[in-house]
Formats: sequence, structure tokens, C-alpha cells
Amino acid sequence: MIASHYNYWIAVVLLMIGLYVVMSHSNTIKKLIGLNVFQVAVFMLYISLGKIEGGTAPIVDAAFTVYSHPLPHVLILTAIVVGVATTALGLALVVRIHEAYGTTDEDEALIADRREAERT
Amino acid sequence: MIAHLPILQVALPLLAAPLCVLLRSARAAWWIYLLASVAAFGSALLLASSVATHGPLHYAVGNWAPPFGIAYVIDAANAFVLVLVSGIAVATAIYAPRSIAAEIDPQRVYLYYACLCLCLTGLLGIVATGDAFNVFVFLEISSLSSYALIALGKRRQALLAAFRYLVMGTLGGTFVLIGIGLAYAVTGTLNMADLAQRLPALYGNRTLTAAVGFVSVGLAIKAAVFPLHAWLPSAYAEAPSAAGVFLSATGTKVAIYAFLRFAFGIFGAGLVFGHLPMSALILIVGTAAMLAGAAIACYQDDLKRILAWSSVGQIGYIVVGLGLASQQGLSAAFLHISAHALIKGGLFATAGIVALRLGTTRIDALAGLARSAPAVFVALLLGGLGLIGVPLTAGFVSKWALVMALIEADQWAVIAAVLLSSLLALVYVGRIIEVAWFREPPLLADTAQPSTPAPMALAMWGLVGVSLVAGVYAAPLSRAATAAAAALLGTAP
Repeated sequence: MIASHYNYWIAVVLLMIGLYVVMSHSNTIKKLIGLNVFQVAVFMLYISLGKIEGGTAPIVDAAFTVYSHPLPHVLILTAIVVGVATTALGLALVVRIHEAYGTTDEDEALIADRREAERT
Repeated sequence: MIAHLPILQVALPLLAAPLCVLLRSARAAWWIYLLASVAAFGSALLLASSVATHGPLHYAVGNWAPPFGIAYVIDAANAFVLVLVSGIAVATAIYAPRSIAAEIDPQRVYLYYACLCLCLTGLLGIVATGDAFNVFVFLEISSLSSYALIALGKRRQALLAAFRYLVMGTLGGTFVLIGIGLAYAVTGTLNMADLAQRLPALYGNRTLTAAVGFVSVGLAIKAAVFPLHAWLPSAYAEAPSAAGVFLSATGTKVAIYAFLRFAFGIFGAGLVFGHLPMSALILIVGTAAMLAGAAIACYQDDLKRILAWSSVGQIGYIVVGLGLASQQGLSAAFLHISAHALIKGGLFATAGIVALRLGTTRIDALAGLARSAPAVFVALLLGGLGLIGVPLTAGFVSKWALVMALIEADQWAVIAAVLLSSLLALVYVGRIIEVAWFREPPLLADTAQPSTPAPMALAMWGLVGVSLVAGVYAAPLSRAATAAAAALLGTAP
């Protein structure tokens, strides 16, 4: 059961690692790395769903009869694009945060805001 | 022509976005956004009237027949939300130019309109589509553009707020993606109607139960349902005023609509509210939301933050309505979706005018507002009364419908919570009114206040006015909400 469904276990473990990194770190870049691990876990889940042992790419040819399912792969292509866009936007925000606060750490930025609020 | 409206509705704002970027001019970008939103609003109205007379519309994108191609399906439920979202988009278009001139760097204004176009595309797409994976794609289009919109805020806190929203929103979106993937794994289809047909045979299947859980939690994050609301208050408070009007009125409502569609149109009420104890869970979460949101709003010292926390509470009412899973509960939820969108949109518009006139939205700075800006004060008062749910406002109509639905379901504890949270709303609205009406203005301030630009006043009065009209002549709105609920429950004639 565990051995034959190892693809699901890999997805679950990666998912948890990603989520843990997002929650446990206050460094914004580490948060984005965690977010990427989290998303990649889902990509793996989808891609492994469509894979059939011994299956080839879905090209119609007399020599092959077993094909992997292409639809989950195409869906994940879309999700990867979304993931890339999210990471790009996230990194752009980190650059702006660094310009405005002089740090990429979320907690330090919050402390800076609190100090500023106390001064005024 | 009507036959192609379901896709044009989504495609026009999508095409408008790159045009805004290419033309690189703030003025041209505004015209493009205005035209796109007016076109979307017009087609939403046409679609709604066509659905009301001829029944649901089906559209196969690219003429690929469903379930292989992507289908767009318009029925009474999503026509209702389409009209609401595109209507708010038009109000935002009227409101935006003068407001953002004061808040955004002039060289970035055209990008702001491009993001608004994309956000509108995403929201309309989520609502119009009949394909589960399409929902995820549009969800991320609308979310990504709203992160960018929020990051354009004037203060540096906007960047942090946008980043936190990005992290939470991406987690939510990915959860939805997992849920859709699991549902696809057990059925082999992504078409909503097809899924709905194949899923009942699988009730009790553990993969399917996990799918319901992932989709529900993901959309709850996007809808800022308590206790997953942490991103909302600072995001809406720090966003540029004109983006705050649009996002606060539409963003969370569309996520709630998506949950309704998944729960009733795909998984089926039998699974979500029958096999799984979702109804009890939603009632608990919704009750906690309306109490906590309203209570925390009482302790804020910034007008926009009070409004944002009050949104967390008001989402609780909508969630409780849909948790009942009855005809009355659902139509109360639809009524409150529209009532709250109009009232909160109007109030954020008012807060934007306050920000423009006073240069700040801190509560202390509102002192003497009733004298220096009586019209703004009256709008604030009328909107606030709507939040409390005073008779003759739209807030009363929806709360009344909600309480009736709760009485019918014998949920007396929830009714007590609704009343308590209305009292708390009285407290936080009362605080704003008290400062603005009774407190003496600082001596220096009242000389240099700029007057309210006419387009901003028009948008503010438009939103507040429609919410008042809907409170007095409640029949058309409640008829539409009832039809929307019937369409979701599958009991439409």
C-alpha cells in the first residue's frame, strides 16, 4: 500500500515541508521558497496521476498501445505558469520591501513600523 | 449576439489589460477600463434579463462541445453576481481618476488600470465559467492582480500587507487546486455539470471527502472567513482607496460564490451538507466571524481598518446563510452578498474621500467632519446605518431574511449572535459618528481642506443610493436573490 502509492507520500511530505517553511520563517525569501516547495508538491501529485507504467507519450502509432494521460500534464503547465507569476510578483514585492525597510525580514519590518507609529 | 456574451463578458476586460499597458497613458488607460467595465456591466444586464426569461445559457468556448471543451454556463445565480461585480467595476471607474491622482505615482497609473482590468477579468471568469479547472485559473488571475493593486498603496505598510496576502492567497489557491485534482482523479472530468453527474455514485469515497475539505479551506482563505481572515484587514486598509472600493465590494463575495458553486453545483448538497457535518461547522465559523469581526472593529483607530474588520464580521452573516443550505438561507446569503457589497463599497468610497480631504483616515482626524464636509458625513452615516441593519437600508432587508431563515431552522443561538453583533456594529459605527459629529475640530485644520471632486461624490452617492433604494424597494432584489438560490438548489422552474 505504502510502497505502491509512494507518489502520494512524496506529495504529502513535500506539501508539509513547504507549509512548515512558510509558517516557521519570518524571512520573506524563505517564505517564497517554502511556497514554491508547496506548489511543486501539487504539481507532482497531478503529474503522477496521469502516468501509467510502461505508457508512452500520447502519439498515435501502431507500435504503442499504452499511453500516459496528457490532460493532467497540460493542466499543470497552466499551474506552473501561475506559480512562476506568483514567485515573480512575490520577489518583486520583496525587493520593494527591502527598499522601504532596509530588511527582508517580516518581523523586523513590523517592528520598524511599530517604532514609527510610536514616534508620531 | 446574446449567444456570445458569456465569453465576451470575460474576454473584453482581458483584452483591455494589455491595451492599457501598451498605450502607457493614464488617461487612455482610464478610458479603456471605463469602456471595458461598462461593456461588462451592459452584457451582464443583458445576460441576466435573458436568463430570467429564457432560462440558463450554455456556451461552448471555441465550439468544442463539453465535457471536452470548456463550457460557460450562465444561470440566475451567476447572472446575479455578474451584475453586482461589473456594476461595482463601473462605480470604481467613475471614482478612480481623482482618487488615485492623489495616491499613486503618475507614472504607474496606467499599470493600476491594467491590474484593475485583470482583476475584473478574473472575478467575472470565476463566476461565468462552467469548468472546475477554469475556476482555479481565474481565481489566480484575480488574486495576482489584487496583490499588485494593494502593493500600489501609498504607505510602505501596503507592501507588507500585499506580501502577506500573496502568501495566504497562494496557499488558498493551491488548496483549491489540490481539491480539484482529487475530484478529477476520482471522476476523470473537469466539467461542472459532468462532475455533478458522476460524483453522487462516489459519496463516502475518502478521496472525494478530502477534495471537499481542500476546496472548502482554500476558498475560505480567499473569502477571508474567520479564522482564515488574517490577510484581509491590513490588505484592504492599505490598498489605494479606489482599489479598496473594488476589492472590498467584490473580492471576498466572488470567493463565496465559488464555494456555493462547488458545494451545490459540483459536490452536491447531499455530500457537503448531508454526508459531511459541513452545516454545523459553517454555522460555528460564521457565528465566530460575526462576533469577532465586529468586536475587533470596535478597537481600531483608523476608519479604513474599522471598515475592513467589519467586513470580516459581515462575511460571517453570508456564511451563516449559506450554511443553512435551505432556500431561505441561500437567498438571505445572496441578499447579504449584494447589500454588503453596495454598503461596504460606498463606505470605502467615503473613506477615500475622507483620505483625500483630510490626508488621513485616523479616527481622531475626523473631528468636526460633520461641519467641514456635511455631505461626506451623511454618506458615512447612511452607510453605517446599513452596516448595523437599521430599517429602510439594504442591510436590514438581508438581515431580516437571514433571521427568518434562522428561525425556520431553529437556530436560536445564532440569532442571538446576529443581534449581539448588530449591537457591536452600533458601537463601532457610533464611534465614527461620535467623533465626526460631536467633537470639536482642531483649530488650524479647517482652512486648507480641498473640496470633494464631483466624480468621487457621484460614485459614493451612487453606491450608497442604490443600497438605500434596495432597502426601501426590496422586492426586485429579493426576487433576484430567491431565483439565484433556486437555481443553485436545482429547484428553478
